[in-house]
Amino acid sequence: MEFNQNKPIYLQIADGISERILSGELKEGDRILSVRELGGELGVNPNTAMRSYEKLTADGIIYNQRGIGYFVAEGAKKIALDRMRAEFLQDELPQILRKMELLEIKPSDYLK
Amino acid sequence: MITIKELGFSYGSNVVLKDISLNLEEGRIYGLLGENGVGKTTLLTLLAGLKKTTSGTIDIDGRNPFDRQPSLLSNIYYLPDEVPAPRRAAIGFARDNGQYWEKFDLTKFSEIMKVLDTDENQRMDHMSYGQLKKTMISFALATNARYMFMDEPTNGLDIPSKAQFRKAVSKYTSDESTLLISTHQARDLEAIIDPIIILDRQDVLLNASIGEITEKLYFDYGTEIDPDALYSEMVPGGCIQVTPNPSGAESKVNIEALFNAVLLHKSEIKEMFNK
Repeated sequence: MEFNQNKPIYLQIADGISERILSGELKEGDRILSVRELGGELGVNPNTAMRSYEKLTADGIIYNQRGIGYFVAEGAKKIALDRMRAEFLQDELPQILRKMELLEIKPSDYLK
Repeated sequence: MITIKELGFSYGSNVVLKDISLNLEEGRIYGLLGENGVGKTTLLTLLAGLKKTTSGTIDIDGRNPFDRQPSLLSNIYYLPDEVPAPRRAAIGFARDNGQYWEKFDLTKFSEIMKVLDTDENQRMDHMSYGQLKKTMISFALATNARYMFMDEPTNGLDIPSKAQFRKAVSKYTSDESTLLISTHQARDLEAIIDPIIILDRQDVLLNASIGEITEKLYFDYGTEIDPDALYSEMVPGGCIQVTPNPSGAESKVNIEALFNAVLLHKSEIKEMFNK
């Protein structure tokens, strides 16, 4: 997996899982990979994968059933949507707007 | 748990390591970085019990590796940079030698060989350097040793094998194993090593987890150079810089930039992380 430069890897992994929940690929109640499986899949330190899961757990997007594994929580989609929208508006949109201004692109040229 | 206290080692009058103190916790995958000749390989061989310390102590689970007790050595695996090529098939080699490690798993060896795309039935002296290296990496991981010391394991691996190495290390080690991997190729191991140890000539400059590093330092990929930057470098499309991180903002560690920042500001970094 190629990671982008700015964001900590554990947050990028958490974003990737959130996006898969938003797209419907992962559904509420689905079991997700174990920490080791995810680390192996992505080639990242298991500790990094663990931090991603801790973050998603703290956000209420996944939960841990002791001895069984991690599952997508009920209401995860709504939480992921709210969180990613807020992040987009705060971090990404201002950059896009700045670039549009620089390139003299008006939203009205493209958005109907 | 490994505790190294005031370790010193000399080859005759040539001092290689001096006053090295370091703790390694269980279940971590440590990256050992340092410039050429700072003693990374020497440190690994001392940990594996292959050399005797000149001064100071190494304690692995309450024992000194140089005592070479079989119960400890059967839980330590040392993978040197240069590996010999026995005149026999990999699988036979693994079957016969694996028994010296308490938790060796031959099925796991075969599985990792497949993942690394290496033929277990091939004679090891007929293999390319990269294939031989992958065979020994598979063997190392299959020992399930509690401590694995690997010297430049990605040396000689082709590009796809480097990614497979990272995946295999993450997938095939357990929370009971501690790995210490030395490397010059920081990029080969980026994302897999955490914590990071930076060894200097006769000093440990840094021993910190990725979490601790990003708490104290900020890695910025931008277009404007910050005058307070500890290190900055122009890269295509802008610059990368390392600055102190008083606001606690989160960023992604760039190991090469970290290494350069630490070498440029040795005492400052040591003080920052010892707090």
